Amino acid sequence: MSSPGSNGARVREFSDAGKKHVAWLLTRYPDPQAALLPVLRLAEEEFTNIDSPAVLLVARTLDLSPGYVWGVLTFYTHYRREGDGKYLLQVCSTLSCALRGCRDISHHLEKKLGIEVGETTSDGRFTLKKVECLGSCGTAPVVQVNDEYHENLSIEKLDRLLASLD
Amino acid sequence: MADDKTTPSAKIDYRGFEPILTKYTSQPDSATLAFYRGHGGYDAARKALTEYEPDQIIELVKSSSLRGRGGAGFPCGLKWSFVPKKSPKPKYLVVNADESEPGTFKDRLILERDPHQLIEGVIISAYALDAHVAYCYIRGEFVAGFRTMQRAIDEAYAAGFLGDDVLGTGYSLHLTMHRGAGAYICGEETGLLSSLEGKRGTPKIKPPFPAVEGLFGCPTVVNNVETLACVPHIVNRGAEWFRSIGAAKGPGPKLLCVSGHVERPGVYEVPCGINLLDLINDLAGGVWKGRKLKAVVPGGSSAKVLAAHECDVATDFDSLAAKDTMLGSGGVIVMDETTDMVEALYNILRFYAHESCGQCTPCREGTGWLAKICGRVHHGEGRPEDLDEMIDLAERMCGRTICVLADAAAFPCTSFIRKFRPEFEAKIAAGKGHERRISIGGPLVHPGAISAHNQEKLAELHGGH
Repeated sequence: MSSPGSNGARVREFSDAGKKHVAWLLTRYPDPQAALLPVLRLAEEEFTNIDSPAVLLVARTLDLSPGYVWGVLTFYTHYRREGDGKYLLQVCSTLSCALRGCRDISHHLEKKLGIEVGETTSDGRFTLKKVECLGSCGTAPVVQVNDEYHENLSIEKLDRLLASLD
Repeated sequence: MADDKTTPSAKIDYRGFEPILTKYTSQPDSATLAFYRGHGGYDAARKALTEYEPDQIIELVKSSSLRGRGGAGFPCGLKWSFVPKKSPKPKYLVVNADESEPGTFKDRLILERDPHQLIEGVIISAYALDAHVAYCYIRGEFVAGFRTMQRAIDEAYAAGFLGDDVLGTGYSLHLTMHRGAGAYICGEETGLLSSLEGKRGTPKIKPPFPAVEGLFGCPTVVNNVETLACVPHIVNRGAEWFRSIGAAKGPGPKLLCVSGHVERPGVYEVPCGINLLDLINDLAGGVWKGRKLKAVVPGGSSAKVLAAHECDVATDFDSLAAKDTMLGSGGVIVMDETTDMVEALYNILRFYAHESCGQCTPCREGTGWLAKICGRVHHGEGRPEDLDEMIDLAERMCGRTICVLADAAAFPCTSFIRKFRPEFEAKIAAGKGHERRISIGGPLVHPGAISAHNQEKLAELHGGH
């Protein structure tokens, strides 16, 4: 039994622009399977969270089995998945950020949002994730909010950041 | 000795060194084609494509002694020469922009602030390799870098620097950005190629090496961003000029990333091989808060740690190798006297356990096991035999896996324990009663995240205490 996707449709389709992008992607690789990661990104763009109907669409688009697509999707940590909130708060926790206080950052977020690392607020606005080195060690501690890096964070800056997210 | 640059007394002078790779990265329009062309950009590509045969470029880069700046430090020209010229298969150049080695953040500067320098390096290098298709695999989190690179590539196509007829020479080159999605192992060249092929990012056994059988089974060269950024400068100013900068056996400008407990963390461009203490105490402003140096990881978390008294060393490939560590990715992580070395190692080991792709038993099981033992020690549940068990386990992981992630986990493990053993032993001896030191960030997965079932199992294992 298929469930309604986030755009309300049971069977998903990419937008016209999306389909054009897929066609372009297929010209860039000798093997259509190589377009899988970019097409997953497209699904992320068009449907926000990559849920089961999105996986089925990606599989259909590239003539791959849904199970194969699922296996690839779940290997990686940086795709938005079912249940992810509007704002993904990704707190870098590897050594350099740990040396400069990322624990204070994550504890503060847990207290303020009332959730633990790995959870999403009940209103669906915030998901708090611990992530590994974001490649921004010189400006630690760092939190990536959706696509954006927020660097040189302090508790004050963090509070201002949260206040700015609607 | 004039050539002996490995002794502290023959330190490489960096004062007054004019940046080459990061010369323009702090200027507002540095990422635009107009800016790049206004500062001599793409002259090297034109020179390479019109005045050199591909083989001559390979010889030029070989004679420059350029070594790979991604982590392995392999001679670049030599790697290029492994591509079989007579092969009927298409050849590929792949840019490794996956920058995920903890402590490393230099490629990001080029991707975001001087993308055309990289693109020009790609054009010259692809031409040298007789490759007509190139990919830039950029880590998924670098969204700003991806957008900047894509804009720059679009500009380059529009201006005829990429496409079916590069600079009107008839040479064709197509470059495509390819975003990763959060996997450290995709910085390993064969893991990257698997990912690029639309698979889980699992590395492949070598040999065959990618130069012979790589992307889509074809001859492929994977090069780091910083390595390729050096290429236009080598073409413009020559191999002898490049060799004159820094250490004899591993010359050139080098981007060093300083992070951790320093006053001025950041990327520093210096002649390759400056003294590590000069880097930390002079360029990076010294250990922060007036504290004393305790330890330094010199080349990304995979590099063996140096205790403070070992840090009077040149930061070139060979000098650090001679001290049983490595320049690696150039990620210099500084730890001050308040650092809990057990907790620091626990942080690193959890990273490798998380990032193991899972193919090889010694790595999949070993990284997880090392993290667990270290975690027990850190939380006051260590046993006297734990330290030797970790060292034994780490040594058994090395050289027995498809890729070197296992070794990368083993190196910090053995070096932290060997060089800071008293701290580890003290935590074991103190047991649960140990006083929590001023410590680093620490685990974000706290005891509440261990399921009740597993907590019971842990209690059983520890005989109820």
